[in-house]
Amino acid sequence: MPTTTDKYEGMVAETITIPGQDGDMIHAYYARPTGPGPFPGVVWLHHFPGWDEWSKEVTRKLAYHGYAAIAPDLYCRVDHGAPEDVAVKIRGMGGVPDPQVVGDAAGARDFLRSQANASGKVGVIGTCSGGRHAVLAASCSQGFDAVVDLWGGGVVMKPEDLNEMRPVSPVDYTKDLSCPILGLFGNDDRAPTPEQVNVHEAALKEHGKNYEFHRYDGAGHGFFYYDRPQAYRAEQAVDGWKKVLDFFGRTLGS
Amino acid sequence: MCANIVEKAGIAGSGKGLAGWFNLTEASVSYDHPFHVDIEHALNIDFVNPAAGLGERVSVELTLESARALSVALLAALKRAEAYERS
Repeated sequence: MPTTTDKYEGMVAETITIPGQDGDMIHAYYARPTGPGPFPGVVWLHHFPGWDEWSKEVTRKLAYHGYAAIAPDLYCRVDHGAPEDVAVKIRGMGGVPDPQVVGDAAGARDFLRSQANASGKVGVIGTCSGGRHAVLAASCSQGFDAVVDLWGGGVVMKPEDLNEMRPVSPVDYTKDLSCPILGLFGNDDRAPTPEQVNVHEAALKEHGKNYEFHRYDGAGHGFFYYDRPQAYRAEQAVDGWKKVLDFFGRTLGS
Repeated sequence: MCANIVEKAGIAGSGKGLAGWFNLTEASVSYDHPFHVDIEHALNIDFVNPAAGLGERVSVELTLESARALSVALLAALKRAEAYERS
């Protein structure tokens, strides 16, 4: 948690290189509080617009709140340039392969856990496609202690939408989810729709998973994004961040 | 990538990007979150030349109504152009 005004606080935030899926070396943005710790960790999986300013900003926000936070560049293998130029290339490719993202998330988690001042607890979180990826990572790679799905679209997929990049609907991995999950959704969202959120919730219930879903009226997709005026909902975003930090506090400590 | 709607077409022509004109080889048409226009999803068209690098890109982000109007205009002009070429 943030310290009182009389205390020194510090943070280091920088680009580093870590091993991802198959040992591939990928870039990651790593923001962590200074000090002996022990610090819990959080892996932030960026959204479709790429490894962008917002993704790095929220990584620093988590560091401010006492977490060693890391955002791997999930598009690192493909190209480098302005984040949206890279994202356009990724979009043309149909995205990045799900198993590769899971491997990159696991690599980031293992990096955090290996640090001398790590508490050993590591969560995973993401918005939009990153929320979907977070659910996948926490289901397909054992070893996360908490997962937060912020309006991840495509957690519940139609059979006709499955493809080489996304071969399995993430909801079908629910039985393998090995940690508590928090989900925040806007009731006006269409990816995921409230009906898809219902399907996901039913699967979590069926498999006896520890979950908390919160659904906001008057909000659609991306209601944390203050730089997207049509999407941003201040009241819901403020409450949502409180829920995220409270959840990580309970599951990871801080 | 939440809507997961992408169509691609091989094309030939030129586009004018930040660094000037360049050869186009591909168009990617998607319905996805836009970068700039302030709507949740847009009909995006990215004219690119992958071999020329990331910066060689001309992109538009359209509302569905605009995309429909553009497609009607495109097909109408195409029909007249093909008739012209046959004459």
